[in-house]
Amino acid sequence: MKYIDEYRDPNRVRALLAALQRATTRPWVLMEICGGQTHAFLSHGLDELLPGGIELVHGPGCPVCVTPLEQIDKALRIASRPDVLFTSYGDMLRVPGSTTDLFTVRARGGDVRVLYSPLEAVLLAQAHPDKQVVFFAIGFETTAPANAMAVLQARERAVPNFSMLVSHVCVPPAIRAILDSPENRVDAFLAAGHVCAVMGYHEYVPIARDYRVPIVVTGFEPTDLLLGILAAVRQLEAGEARAENAYERAVTLEGNRSAQSAMSSVFRTVDRKWRGIGTIPMSGLGLRPEFADFDAELRFEVGDLTTQESSLCIAGAILQGIKKPIQCAAFATQCTPQNPLGAPMVSSEGACAAYYRYHRQAVPSG
Amino acid sequence: MAEADFSGYTCPAPLRPQDTIVLGHGSGGTLSHDLLRRLFLPGLGQAAPRSLDDSARIEMDGWRLALTTDSHVVSPLFFPGGDVGRLAVCGTVNDLAMVGATPVALTCGFVIEEGLSFEVLQRVVDSMRAAAEEAGVFIAAGDTKVVQRGAADRLFINTAGVGRVPEGIDISGANARAGDAVIVSGSLGDHGIAVLSAREGLDFEMDLDSDVAPLNHLVAAMLAAGEVHVLRDPTRGGAATALVEIANQSGVVIELQQDSLPLKAQVRAACELLGFDPLYVANEGKLVAMVRTEHAERVLQAMRATRYGADARIIGRVVRSGIPQVRMRTAIGGTRLIDMLPGELLPRIC
Repeated sequence: MKYIDEYRDPNRVRALLAALQRATTRPWVLMEICGGQTHAFLSHGLDELLPGGIELVHGPGCPVCVTPLEQIDKALRIASRPDVLFTSYGDMLRVPGSTTDLFTVRARGGDVRVLYSPLEAVLLAQAHPDKQVVFFAIGFETTAPANAMAVLQARERAVPNFSMLVSHVCVPPAIRAILDSPENRVDAFLAAGHVCAVMGYHEYVPIARDYRVPIVVTGFEPTDLLLGILAAVRQLEAGEARAENAYERAVTLEGNRSAQSAMSSVFRTVDRKWRGIGTIPMSGLGLRPEFADFDAELRFEVGDLTTQESSLCIAGAILQGIKKPIQCAAFATQCTPQNPLGAPMVSSEGACAAYYRYHRQAVPSG
Repeated sequence: MAEADFSGYTCPAPLRPQDTIVLGHGSGGTLSHDLLRRLFLPGLGQAAPRSLDDSARIEMDGWRLALTTDSHVVSPLFFPGGDVGRLAVCGTVNDLAMVGATPVALTCGFVIEEGLSFEVLQRVVDSMRAAAEEAGVFIAAGDTKVVQRGAADRLFINTAGVGRVPEGIDISGANARAGDAVIVSGSLGDHGIAVLSAREGLDFEMDLDSDVAPLNHLVAAMLAAGEVHVLRDPTRGGAATALVEIANQSGVVIELQQDSLPLKAQVRAACELLGFDPLYVANEGKLVAMVRTEHAERVLQAMRATRYGADARIIGRVVRSGIPQVRMRTAIGGTRLIDMLPGELLPRIC
């Protein structure tokens, strides 16, 4: 398949691995921010082909994992209403809130639908004027532009029965939070290529400089991932710390200006709670006051709902790279994708789910 | 910037007892198996390994019979390359064929939502007759129920089938042996992606037909050509789930070669876009087989001479007996584990 196969070419992979072997003289800890990259490493078996000194730790870039429990509880409360048609990206349906999940709400009669684009939610609202159509807008800067477009379309077409439950988060504040942590052991970051396709990578230039840490924009195919690692290792070995682009076919320094402009016209930067981490200042996107009519939290009066989180799993340590999923006592025993203890086991982008699917050794399934 | 407190990071998600049937219980993957083990097998059957084959075998007065049933609830009723009628006949014919049986007769039960047009029902029935003729089975009995609007989604069809197991044939998911060649009869994932492309909500168009087809003639050709140990049609849950089931039933380690998997370009493209793994996408006209390795080439030749086995190929080996596991050598030389589909197949977020 064009644009895929050339980036999975075994010969190119071998050549890059050899170059990486030559470039690596010391152990380094690299964090891939995005859960999509975690899955790419494991699904291609690329992690086990890397030179021994290179340790990959998995970052917080899994939108399902970092969406706070109380946002999920708000979604569940709204979705349970008989007048609501609740729409979401597929992954979110399996994430348990404090009592249940969206699958179960649907099984009990709630109208919960999986969509691939938020723009379809606006069309659904027009087709069902007797229903309140709510879209669960989660994710990083990748999903924010399309969600912004949906709000703009709803306003343009004057769709009164459309609203959005917004729980967007942004990558750069998360990188700063990881670097500020006294337990940080990350030597370099692989920044998520698709986030940077939208936002560019100019935001990472001051972070790389201020914290003296290489940040390399990296794609998702095996050769893309290896190019990102190679660039990071070469910087580390040379004692450099820059924001660098190893995904030039998709990313520019400035990013996609029209996507950014749609985002900034609809959303503003707000303090945002991250699941388990707590509130990171100015780390999320919320609707601007002029779009308050489309805010599902206001419309359904769930804004003041708060939920106390329990402490059953080690996801915090996993998301900052201190521990690997297999170091958790509950991994693949009490905690499985069918019965997740933590969100990283739920999402197709979660680190624990990736290990469960691709690397669980000698655990009989079924 | 305030320092974030990672030490307190917890991912709460309480352990919850499942007290409600969700769609994932019907997806053919792990949740379906849990339901079987927790409720149906203790309640209605015996938890012997063979109870998980596609058809039951019954010996009666010297007759070796195979018996199976399957309900078909596909939406939309008509999709590229097929319809619910063809699916209902082929699904049951194939379940019989997967234990090596020669299908003889089917029954069919229709659950119809009021408001369905005669024209739609006529098209479905015509399609059933054509599929039955192709397979060489007859539809011996039937039943009709009409339910009020909203109590069913247009049309559900249950079919049951009986077949005869020839002398000397013993096919079961429990029969895989170390050294067996793992064969697949053609491209994977065609049905699931074709139906998905016809379903509302996921707006894409492509030139791809479902593979829905009766496989009994293909199976007959295979059995005549060599020693076949296991047959399974990888429907819901896809090839991955079928192979994990076989590994569990037989107590073996199966290793696949990623670059041997037959995948159409359209299926690969759709899976890349939606974040699906084609190994988990449903098929309705394909089978996976474990064949004695010395006979693999002969069986492949016989398969390739039939209509629905033209693209048959070896995709892996049964490596050894042991703790059940399915793994795959990836195209770039790594390895990864293959597990069952956990619940519903869900498109990714980004």
